[in-house]
Amino acid sequence: MLEIKNLSFAVAADTAEKEIIHDISLTIGKGRFVVITGPNGGGKSTLAKLIAGIEKPTGGSILLDGVDMTDKSITERAHMGVSYAFQQPVKFKGIRVIDLLRIASGKKLSVGDACAYLSEVGLCARDYIDREVNGSLSGGELKRIEIATVLARGTALSVFDEPEAGIDLWSFKSLIEVFERMRKVNSDRTILVISHQERILNIADEIIVLGSGHILNHGSREDVLPTLLGTPAAVNACAQLTKGGA
Amino acid sequence: MMDEIQKRILMEVADLHEVPEGAYNIRANGVSAARNVTANIDIISKEDGSGIDIYIKPGTVNESVHIPVVLSQSGLKEMVYNDFHIGANCDVVIVAGCGIHNCGDQDSEHDGIHRFFVGENAKVKYVEKHYGSGEGTGKRILNPVTEVTMEAGSSMEMEMVQIKGVDNTNRVTTADLAAGASLVVRERLMTHGDQEAISSYFVNLNGAGASTDVVSRSVARDMSYQKFDSRITGNAPCTGHTECDAIIMDQAKILAIPQLEANDIDAALIHEAAIGKIAGEQIIKLMTLGLTEAEAEEQIINGFLK
Repeated sequence: MLEIKNLSFAVAADTAEKEIIHDISLTIGKGRFVVITGPNGGGKSTLAKLIAGIEKPTGGSILLDGVDMTDKSITERAHMGVSYAFQQPVKFKGIRVIDLLRIASGKKLSVGDACAYLSEVGLCARDYIDREVNGSLSGGELKRIEIATVLARGTALSVFDEPEAGIDLWSFKSLIEVFERMRKVNSDRTILVISHQERILNIADEIIVLGSGHILNHGSREDVLPTLLGTPAAVNACAQLTKGGA
Repeated sequence: MMDEIQKRILMEVADLHEVPEGAYNIRANGVSAARNVTANIDIISKEDGSGIDIYIKPGTVNESVHIPVVLSQSGLKEMVYNDFHIGANCDVVIVAGCGIHNCGDQDSEHDGIHRFFVGENAKVKYVEKHYGSGEGTGKRILNPVTEVTMEAGSSMEMEMVQIKGVDNTNRVTTADLAAGASLVVRERLMTHGDQEAISSYFVNLNGAGASTDVVSRSVARDMSYQKFDSRITGNAPCTGHTECDAIIMDQAKILAIPQLEANDIDAALIHEAAIGKIAGEQIIKLMTLGLTEAEAEEQIINGFLK
């Protein structure tokens, strides 16, 4: 269970402080699939980074399964069971896909196991396992590898920051399947996804709408989704991607 | 007989646990410690004792020569000439390397001059590793000079590695390539403490269709200094590429000087150089996978120098 209590985050802007997250409190139960949506600049990615420990809050606390992790480092949170998939995957010269998957799994992962994670995200494993995670891979490929690293970690809480950003239509369809399988394989796994995409919102247990650093709405999909349809908070990905937009 | 320190250094520079297969010449503390020749590869000491000549018969394929050098006696300074005569149509692997263990207070220095005469259509893979160890205050100094003469259609791949423990290096590599010859250089270098490493390449593409690719990846840590100076001269229709990619850390300093000289309208030459610190987001990404900051840094450097 993830508990966020009175969480605030501010950055210095000119002479004054600018608050990005205002006193947010929420609870996400074990095994829930929760999508955070809302307008751009509303604080969604910042909230994800605060959970992963990449940003430090200016107030409030974050607890995972009852343990306060507010003052824990990124590494400590990773060991406590937090995984985080970057919106913009990071590139490395010389580190291969299999190296990254081995680091993620925390063990001497066999080639076969590593391939299974890649197949899961729709990559033909043989072609990728020894490739370097560098600029020679396309944005979509990097994104799928990023998601595979989270699968390899298999932690209690997985946070995905706009997993659909930068991927093609086919990848997007298989992304939905990846999330569905993640839930089937381990029903205790809590999944938190930041997304505007209607098809991702469609498989959520709960939806949180974040705007201007406040929770504007939080409830079951059945209650929240109808209020979002037709707004930028719930975009029809297929229609948009086939038009060539994103 | 070699002692344990010498054996360990040998393992570092030549990946050798025992005496190698094929031809070899192991030099330890200024004298030849072991030698083996084969039907196709002969090793002969120079008459004045300044080094060895290695003769590889034309058409020799899938054979290797190991010529590691080990210095474990503090204060020893030596200059050695090794000449490789590689016959036409050979396909061979040559492993050289020098390890210095200095636990005394005097400087130890090995200056090796390697000359390669690569015959027509011959193929050579050359691996050279440098390694230093020992707690003494005496410096470990290596100044390798490599001169390569490549005949038509020959190809050579050089892997130069210096990862640890050498205090001072001035490496100079020159190459002259005839028509259709190809030279690939992969240099990997890490300096730390107050080490200094200078690496210079001068590649002359003299014949039509000659090509070269000189790539250096390096990491400079602590107070160390690196200078990478790579010059490709195109004297005929040819292609050349040189690249220096360096990670800078702590208070280190790096100077990269890629140079191109075209003396033919059909010489196509490219250089690239990049120096930068480890990207913060790379460290953060690996930390989200459970590594500490220090472990993340090590992974990034290991991958970069792999």
